[in-house]
Amino acid sequence: MFSKLTLAAVAALGLAGPVMAETLKVGVSAEPYPPFFTPDASGSWSGWEIDLMNEICTRIEAECVVTPIAWDGIIPALTTGKIDMIMGSMTITPARAEQIAFSDKYYAAPTGLMTQKGSDIEPTAEGVSGAFVGAQSGSIQEVYANKYYADTAGAIRIYQNLDEELQDLAAGRLDAVIGDTLAMQPFAESEAGQACCEYKGAVEPDPEVLGYGAGAGLRQEDTELLARVNKALAEIREDGTYDQITQKYFTVDIYGD
Amino acid sequence: MFQSIDFSLLALDAPGWGGALLQGFWRSIQLAAGGYAMGIVIGILGASAKLYGGLVMRDLAQVYTTVIRAVPELVLMLLFYYVGTDLLNRAAQSMGFAGIEVDGLAAGILVIGLVQGGYATEVIRGAIRAVPHGQIEAAQAFGMSPLKVMRRVTLPAMTPHAIPGMANLWMIATKDTALLAVIGFSELTQVTRQAASSTRAYFLFFLSAGALYLMLTLVSNVILRRYEVRARRGLIAAHQAR
Amino acid sequence: MRNILTPMMMPHRLIMAALALAGLTAMALTMQWDWLPANLPRLWDGLLMTLAMLAGSVVVGFALALPLALFQVMGPAPLRWLSLGFCTVIRGTPLLLQLWLFYFGLGALFAQFPEIRDSWAWPYLRQAWPYGFLALTVSFAAYQGEVMRGAFTGVPHGELEAARAVGMSPWLVFRRVWFPRALHRALPTLAGEIILQLKSTPLVATITVTDLYAVITRIRQTTLLTYEPLLLLVAVYLCLSGILILALRWLENRVPTQR
Repeated sequence: MFSKLTLAAVAALGLAGPVMAETLKVGVSAEPYPPFFTPDASGSWSGWEIDLMNEICTRIEAECVVTPIAWDGIIPALTTGKIDMIMGSMTITPARAEQIAFSDKYYAAPTGLMTQKGSDIEPTAEGVSGAFVGAQSGSIQEVYANKYYADTAGAIRIYQNLDEELQDLAAGRLDAVIGDTLAMQPFAESEAGQACCEYKGAVEPDPEVLGYGAGAGLRQEDTELLARVNKALAEIREDGTYDQITQKYFTVDIYGD
Repeated sequence: MFQSIDFSLLALDAPGWGGALLQGFWRSIQLAAGGYAMGIVIGILGASAKLYGGLVMRDLAQVYTTVIRAVPELVLMLLFYYVGTDLLNRAAQSMGFAGIEVDGLAAGILVIGLVQGGYATEVIRGAIRAVPHGQIEAAQAFGMSPLKVMRRVTLPAMTPHAIPGMANLWMIATKDTALLAVIGFSELTQVTRQAASSTRAYFLFFLSAGALYLMLTLVSNVILRRYEVRARRGLIAAHQAR
Repeated sequence: MRNILTPMMMPHRLIMAALALAGLTAMALTMQWDWLPANLPRLWDGLLMTLAMLAGSVVVGFALALPLALFQVMGPAPLRWLSLGFCTVIRGTPLLLQLWLFYFGLGALFAQFPEIRDSWAWPYLRQAWPYGFLALTVSFAAYQGEVMRGAFTGVPHGELEAARAVGMSPWLVFRRVWFPRALHRALPTLAGEIILQLKSTPLVATITVTDLYAVITRIRQTTLLTYEPLLLLVAVYLCLSGILILALRWLENRVPTQR
């Protein structure tokens, strides 16, 4: 009885004293997405977004467990309670915001097109005519490709992860890959990527589809958690921790404007 | 192409993926064994419902096995994965709990078990029907309770008849765990896919994983054959007499 | 009076049917189905792809299963071991893994040898469906090969001896006695095998083939609905399996059963 009262009191005060920290299951896509999150051979996840997550979790005093979930099922996994938060480079879009709540954005990357080296494909509807374009299932790029390229492209092929798309681009089975520029960067800079492919620049913007930067996804009813995450994010931006983390992985600013 | 295969990628320690692969393999075995065990329990319940249950129970069991056998495992798994834990959470919340933590392993076992249960029901039902009815009647005549009849007579007597079908189901269970990769479970196939796409050594990793699965199948085969011979001890004479 | 009360009309079944109907109506009313009309053409295309994958792999797989079975029953030792090994490996590993090995493994090869892109086969090799078709066919051939092996060995020896005794050539014995009798024995399991094959087809969606499952996945992505598209998918597969079972039962009944 007494312990219940104490717990209730602590909860009511919203104090995060030396009580046991809550455990949050943070969903990332099971498909690696370097440099944001990728599993190493020992099974632990690392990357820019994992570092950011750890920083947020320390500040909101939660114990976070990285939980890999197939990307194309990650929103249902959140709404049905299998995970408590998504930190998987999920772009904030109006369509998604109807289903889940988003934190403030923590980075923004343009969507761009990668093609075979020397290809004359351009990141426009006419530019991709006849081409096989690959997009990741459940990504904003899939929506974008369906909206703008469906009529002109030879085919839009849907992959479960970006790595497999890029592999197929290298194999020549795709003429172009539409994807997040920052996520495609490691491949573009790799030896294999340099040999076969080139970056063609960003696609024409459409915030309705391409959204307003990446944020953490939360259940709509978890408003209190959302407020804490946003507060932590603001602090991380302000005190320079954000830039420290970013410098480990990128040479450019990725917050956008 | 064969010069370019780098076997050091399979090393057990961290830059190599061998250890991760074995861990995934172990998880696959856990998922298969758990799902299989759950499938047997559901199978016994389902078979009892079909053979001894009331009209409604019988029809419900029939609907269950029909759906399981007609819909792709991949689709069933997706559905059970979302519906199963969603319902569990809602039920828990309505009773005042804060929501049950369904961890990955339990959810995977649940999903495999529900699929296995549909097939196990049919196998066990067939096996029970192969038990001569006189044996069960004799047990009832001794005044055994229905549960005791089940435990002491029906189940042991039907076991040899169920083994071939159940052995087949075990093989299916081990291979069905691979489908969980599509949902994002970290079992052998998923780990293999991660290893392959981050190192781009697709042949090496998919072949290695294939060898692990094959090894599991072959070893299981040997064990199950031995067990079948043992369980059939009393039946061989009867078979030859026919 | 009794025969009017057919099994479907038993009181508890009527109640259950009514409950199911009520459930379906509730689903139709409370769930969100507004995405359905606009997506019907894509769903139809996906269904056709699923059926094409099924039919193609069953027909070609069955044709491959015959030599696989015959080699194991009466082939020379190397062929016997080869086909036995083939069946064991294919049946002992998950289809999903085989599919990814074919698709991504060969893809890695194409990346290494760009010359392949100049060959006549490239327009096919760069599509996804040939790999799905290959994996499904190989898998069906291995499982059906095992069934046919049992069927061939199960034909009573006396029948074959009788055929030989009336002076039939080995080929004629095979064509007129052994093969038809084996096929007849295998027919009841064929329905089950084809249903299993139907249930394997959605795996090809993971290598970008746009089958029914892939279309549903795309709809799930655009609508962000968890259950509705999946429930539709379940309903469609239930119907497909039902139709297949009825069709195969009809076929089985048309084959004369003299024992």
